[in-house]
Amino acid sequence: MTEKMKKDPVLAVVPKYARGDSREALDSVNKLKDRKLKGTIKRREKHFKDAAYKAASAEILLTEEAGFLEPEGVEKTYQLSQASLKKDVDISTAHKMFTLDLKFGPYAIDYTRNGRHLLIGGRKGHVAAFDWQAGNLACELQLKETVRDVKWLHNETLFAVAQKKYVYIYDKTGLEIHCLRNHIEVNKLDFLPYHFLLATVGNTGYLKYQDTSTGQLVSEHRSRLGKCDVMTQNPSNAIMHLGHGNGTVTLWSPNMSTPLVKMQCHRGPITAMAIGHSGTYMATAGLDGHLKLWDLRNYKPMQEYFTPTPASSLSVSQRGLLAVGFGPHVSVWRDPFKTKQVSPYMNHLQPGSAVQDVQFVPFEDVLGFGHRSGISSIVVPGSGEPNYDALEANPFQTKKQRQEMEVHSLLEKIQPDMITLDVAMVGKMDKAPIQILNKEKKEAWAAANPEKATELKFKARGKNSSSRRHLRKSAKNIVDQKKVDLLERIENDKKERAKRRLNNPEEPVTALDRFTGKKRKL
Amino acid sequence: MKVKVLSRSAEEHTRQRSNDIHKLQRNLDPTLHPFEKAREYTRALNAVKVERMFAKPFVGALSGHVDGVYCMTKHPRQLDWLVSGGGDGDLRLWSLSEQKTLWATVGHKAMVTGVSSFLEGSRFLSCSNDRTVKIWDPTADSDDYTTTSSSSSTLTATSTSIKTPVATYTGKGAFSGISHHRSDNVFATSGSEIDIWNHDRAEPVQTLNWGVDTINTVKFNQTETNIIASTGSDRTIILYDLRTSQPVTKLILAMRTNAIAWNPMEAFNFVAANEDHNVYGFDMRKMDKAQNILKDHVSAVMSVDYSPTGEEIVTGGYDRTVRLFNARQGHSRDIYHTNRMQRVFSVLYTMDNKYVLSGSDDGNVRLWKARASEKMGVRDYRERAHLEYSEKLKDKFAAVPEIRRISHHRNVPKAIKTATKKKSIMINARKVKEENVRKHTKSENLAERIPERKKPVVGIKK
Repeated sequence: MTEKMKKDPVLAVVPKYARGDSREALDSVNKLKDRKLKGTIKRREKHFKDAAYKAASAEILLTEEAGFLEPEGVEKTYQLSQASLKKDVDISTAHKMFTLDLKFGPYAIDYTRNGRHLLIGGRKGHVAAFDWQAGNLACELQLKETVRDVKWLHNETLFAVAQKKYVYIYDKTGLEIHCLRNHIEVNKLDFLPYHFLLATVGNTGYLKYQDTSTGQLVSEHRSRLGKCDVMTQNPSNAIMHLGHGNGTVTLWSPNMSTPLVKMQCHRGPITAMAIGHSGTYMATAGLDGHLKLWDLRNYKPMQEYFTPTPASSLSVSQRGLLAVGFGPHVSVWRDPFKTKQVSPYMNHLQPGSAVQDVQFVPFEDVLGFGHRSGISSIVVPGSGEPNYDALEANPFQTKKQRQEMEVHSLLEKIQPDMITLDVAMVGKMDKAPIQILNKEKKEAWAAANPEKATELKFKARGKNSSSRRHLRKSAKNIVDQKKVDLLERIENDKKERAKRRLNNPEEPVTALDRFTGKKRKL
Repeated sequence: MKVKVLSRSAEEHTRQRSNDIHKLQRNLDPTLHPFEKAREYTRALNAVKVERMFAKPFVGALSGHVDGVYCMTKHPRQLDWLVSGGGDGDLRLWSLSEQKTLWATVGHKAMVTGVSSFLEGSRFLSCSNDRTVKIWDPTADSDDYTTTSSSSSTLTATSTSIKTPVATYTGKGAFSGISHHRSDNVFATSGSEIDIWNHDRAEPVQTLNWGVDTINTVKFNQTETNIIASTGSDRTIILYDLRTSQPVTKLILAMRTNAIAWNPMEAFNFVAANEDHNVYGFDMRKMDKAQNILKDHVSAVMSVDYSPTGEEIVTGGYDRTVRLFNARQGHSRDIYHTNRMQRVFSVLYTMDNKYVLSGSDDGNVRLWKARASEKMGVRDYRERAHLEYSEKLKDKFAAVPEIRRISHHRNVPKAIKTATKKKSIMINARKVKEENVRKHTKSENLAERIPERKKPVVGIKK
């Protein structure tokens, strides 16, 4: 195999592009008796293999290479300051290192998926959206009330702001589009771009999903663990992770009212959480001063680090760097998940200003963070994915392309009920026994066709004779001969019935009374 | 310290002039494309919905026949060409692209029971209950066509005038079907027996018989050109080989076979449209069982034809529907019907594999798309690529219940729906009964199970 790989270096990359294990599939196929099916599956497997090989060989077309820091001699990368780095980089990169001194902090920040646009929200009500690379301001708002979090929606035309009481949606000109009154006292916002779901969690401890394409509140789940201000999404399967005050992390999907998984991660409240790009690793930080790294495939800790002061924010870059904001410090770790690192990759100090929110910029070697006195942007070589896919997230997107992508992503919107822990489940055969499947089918049918609650009506029999109706309808205060006659007749009828009943107590009053066994009063 | 930082220049990643195409860098790394399967599924779902939305198969009705259309033939070389024969002896030649009659005549004194074309020119044969077979040449009636600049002749007349046939052959009795040899000047007719005729002889050159009272249809194999298949009213299918003048096989089915079609790509395969609502696919080398059974019609299948690729089959039924089958599958992939279409007696697949034709009792020939939602005409590269991609996705997720439900859903006439339901109840009841009988039979008395594909075969003679 290695000989083969030497001859054809593409073979070494193929596993990255392979979907599933073809050898395993072929093993199970060989047991099949149906030759036709066998042939079909084998042909299909060959197609998959070819596709993976072709995708791997297309790597040659990737133009960019990832950034790096390479120390020489006794140099240490963590000693490199931004000021000295600035001297060694080109001018456009140097422009990416900046600090904005703003008075309304601490600031929450958010980058769009293509890394082009930045949204900042100061606690005291200052919100601004801009193309941070070109320096074009889209809008700046002074909301005059608390802003707890900000989040871009599917593209740079819309963003959500968690304000004092409700969540608001603004467009890029700063116009208020919606006020989401269902979301009360929200601390943390997140957006699932492929599902068009805005997820919020706040002081009430409710996790709510709002579909931003249809406007429906898809689901709301009560976490029962009190106030929550740590939330992050798993980018690979759209599961929301909530960090709670008792040190647990709960995993949620909109389809289950109870958490899918509960993990006891820390001994104190959880302060920050981040999940890697591939969705396999999670980093959590707690007030107990621990920074723990977890494997989400088996929910077990991989590494454990300490932070001098509890970390306030975490972020994982596209290439797996972990940024930790604690106090006025930001430290960046390289490969912290698989091997225990002894020293950070880079360090940065924002003097006198506690870090609030760190976030790596997609497709850039830049880390942005909001702190008490503004926002800063520092360069971290090797953090961003060098080669973007223009059909997924394009930093150089034109207006037309943005509009087209918006339409396409709406057409391809994944329904919220497809959110599961295992993303490969779609289209797979349900191998549960037929009894369980039938039961599920029945339940689904019952849920879709709820039985109308039929109220038992009390029908007063015999209360609606024509004479009584006439009496009811005619004016009460007029007494004429007809009315007197009617009243007399009713009275006579009553008496006669009573008499008949007295003479023959066994006679039933109505046809059904013979079954009651009880004697009915007249 | 060596430093490298990502720094992209806008010039390199954007187009230079507005006439250029946009630069779209791709990276196929799966982590950059999350929810791959879920998105593909959504696309497949959209594609299948769009497909059903655009499923408008009816192209047009060719009206002109006063009586029902009971036989049709296509030309092996000319796409545009269709001949139909009516119940009143009317013969019509149609231009399919213009959807109009090019040439018409009252060719027979009784119902036209068969028409057949052959490679040479635009002549065709017709046979009738009036005991005659006639060869017609529409281009020969000089007053009825004008020659255009192109080499082919354009026919313009539409009046049903009396025209003279090129040749007339008179038989002993009524003819029920006709089929022309692929290349030779030989044709076969069916009636009380199978007659093989030569164009130049007034009498049949050969008569084939195997103890049958009436032969319904006869069909030349167009690839193995000496093989003839015929169906008899005594529920038989008989194959003859002209080289030996001997019958090859005689197959007796449970019910009568109405029509036969040879697979144009696999010369040994043919399908037989049966009175028992099914179409049976046979391999002429091993006829002891059906190779495939095409079910779904709820009444007798009157006519059947293969697509020129041999992959698709179109059938016309006494239940007033046309059904399209994948030749290798057991159930129809589509059903065509209209309010006004009556019993379908003849169907054809056109030679470009894109359309099907149906001739019915109501006197119309109808032109349908072979794939109901296919867009006709020229498609540019991107559109084609998109359609191919959607097709692949639909195939990939075909078994997912939601997608299967949408793609299989058809609005059918109430009569068909109730009949289908009733039929399935009856079949199931029969199955249950059979199973119950088996359950309560001693194992030593238990007969062996007969495979479903062997059941229709009553007997075979060689």
